[in-house]
Amino acid sequence: MIEAIDLTKFYGPIPAIRDVSFTVARGEIVGFLGPNGAGKSTTIKILTCFMPPTSGTARIDGIDCLENSLEVRRKIGYLPEIVPLYAEMTVQRFLRFCAEAKGIPAKQIKREIDRVVSLCGLSNVENRIIGHLSKGYRQRVGLAQALIGNPSVIILDEPTIGLDPAQIVEIRELIKSLAGKHTVFLSSHILPEVAQTCQRVVIINKGQIVATDTPENLTKQLQRTRQVRLMFDSSVPVEKIQDVMKDIDGVTGFSPANGDGKTWIVETDPDVEVRPALAKAVVESGLGLVEMRSIDLSLEEVFMQLVTEEVVQADESEVQS
Amino acid sequence: MRGFWAVYKKELYSFWSSPIFYVVAFVFFVLCGYFFYSDVAYYSMISFRAMQNPFMAEQLNITNMVIRPFFLDLSIVFLLLSPLLTMKLYAEERKSGTIELLLTYPISDGALVWAKFFGVVTIFLFLLVGTLPHFFVLEYLTDPNWLVIAACYGGILLMGASFISLGLFTSSLTQNQIIAATLSFGALLGFWIISWMGSIAQSTTWKRFFEYFSITHHVEPFTKGLVDVRHIVYYLLFVAFFIFLTRRRIDSYRWHG
Repeated sequence: MIEAIDLTKFYGPIPAIRDVSFTVARGEIVGFLGPNGAGKSTTIKILTCFMPPTSGTARIDGIDCLENSLEVRRKIGYLPEIVPLYAEMTVQRFLRFCAEAKGIPAKQIKREIDRVVSLCGLSNVENRIIGHLSKGYRQRVGLAQALIGNPSVIILDEPTIGLDPAQIVEIRELIKSLAGKHTVFLSSHILPEVAQTCQRVVIINKGQIVATDTPENLTKQLQRTRQVRLMFDSSVPVEKIQDVMKDIDGVTGFSPANGDGKTWIVETDPDVEVRPALAKAVVESGLGLVEMRSIDLSLEEVFMQLVTEEVVQADESEVQS
Repeated sequence: MRGFWAVYKKELYSFWSSPIFYVVAFVFFVLCGYFFYSDVAYYSMISFRAMQNPFMAEQLNITNMVIRPFFLDLSIVFLLLSPLLTMKLYAEERKSGTIELLLTYPISDGALVWAKFFGVVTIFLFLLVGTLPHFFVLEYLTDPNWLVIAACYGGILLMGASFISLGLFTSSLTQNQIIAATLSFGALLGFWIISWMGSIAQSTTWKRFFEYFSITHHVEPFTKGLVDVRHIVYYLLFVAFFIFLTRRRIDSYRWHG
């Protein structure tokens, strides 16, 4: 549904993005992740026909964004990063303008406005002036204008930025409910958000795509060591732990998680399942085990790894040259 | 012209809901009223004197002494006020980010420019209609030539449209409304005073050249009741040129972000 092929964009001599390629299938919710200034908004502006790329092709539903821009624009609902609203209009009037500008037939406009108003929970502010609304409501009005006309592709640039936690949950639920009926592409620099709402993640850093996969696969791939957390009922000295660990196959190291000596993190080889042996050894040693839990790498850690690896590699190549 | 009506209606709505429009309309009507009053007062003063002087009576002419000066005054009033109506057209959309909506909606760039242009032209038309009661008063007092008045309105409308096209262009240059207004004000003033260059020019060629470029020079024939295609063409070309520049400017905005 969305295809980006070798997209490159230069602002003067500075490349904002280089050879960005990815695809989004119909009905999928894909997250676009990257630190601030990585090129997320630039990529999105190219996909929404706001600006042309320096080179490369962007296609929505098989239609080229550059050659047939009007046709593409009819298929997308777009919420820019800075929510663009006419502050002097009422919600109702603004949505009417959006519907008319998107070429929705006059007869369907009223029904379409009612639909997005109830979908985005705007019923009680429908006749208020946008300039007087709170940030959360403005964000919803922005979302409503993206959804009006039922576009097949919805592109959201940082949809939950600046909202309070309760509102973030609401918007996320709303986005999730769009899956299947719409293709959703949303950018964010907040990782848990992407992990919770998206089926697939595209990670961008310094203008280049560093990874594309499901959140689970990404964490699995990058998990070089598996960690097991052990908690005892009383403080245990290092020597005692060392004594227990030395006979278990696959344990690569251990360290105390905090100062009191009750909690320990055991690092193991990811290819070997050590937990049964570990449990047995701990119980046999007579230590009072309270908890044993394996720790999964969070998407946040994966992201940090990907992003910092890039930097390390770049530094190395600079040194070599 | 996809999306023309939607944007046109939006532009009118944003004028009705903006204080700038009401302030501009207020100042415009007050000044027009004053100019009409002073033109009529001057005319009546001259006619009292003409009672004693038969030579002066020959020069008494309501078209030359009231209608013409009134429309020339009106053109200067609008020259001073039009930048205030046009300054926000693109500058505000860029500042608030709504330009991103307009440029990603299925609205063609041409429709966008023309809708904004005709939006302000409609507002100007509204202001002009507001000056009609003056002529009803004149009709009550004397017998003005309505065809001349119609020609005057036509000429002033064309001239106003060219002011608006220039203002539209300067508004597309910047995010700052004050800069947009200052630029358009400066340019309009330049197009006005260029006719003074004509009056001090040595050769007739230069004189004609300067006069041709003067934006207010071309309205004078209309105020005499003279509808000449050359002057209509001048204003239409003027509008077309600045609409063209505005469209190029929006294209470049797309490329450079």
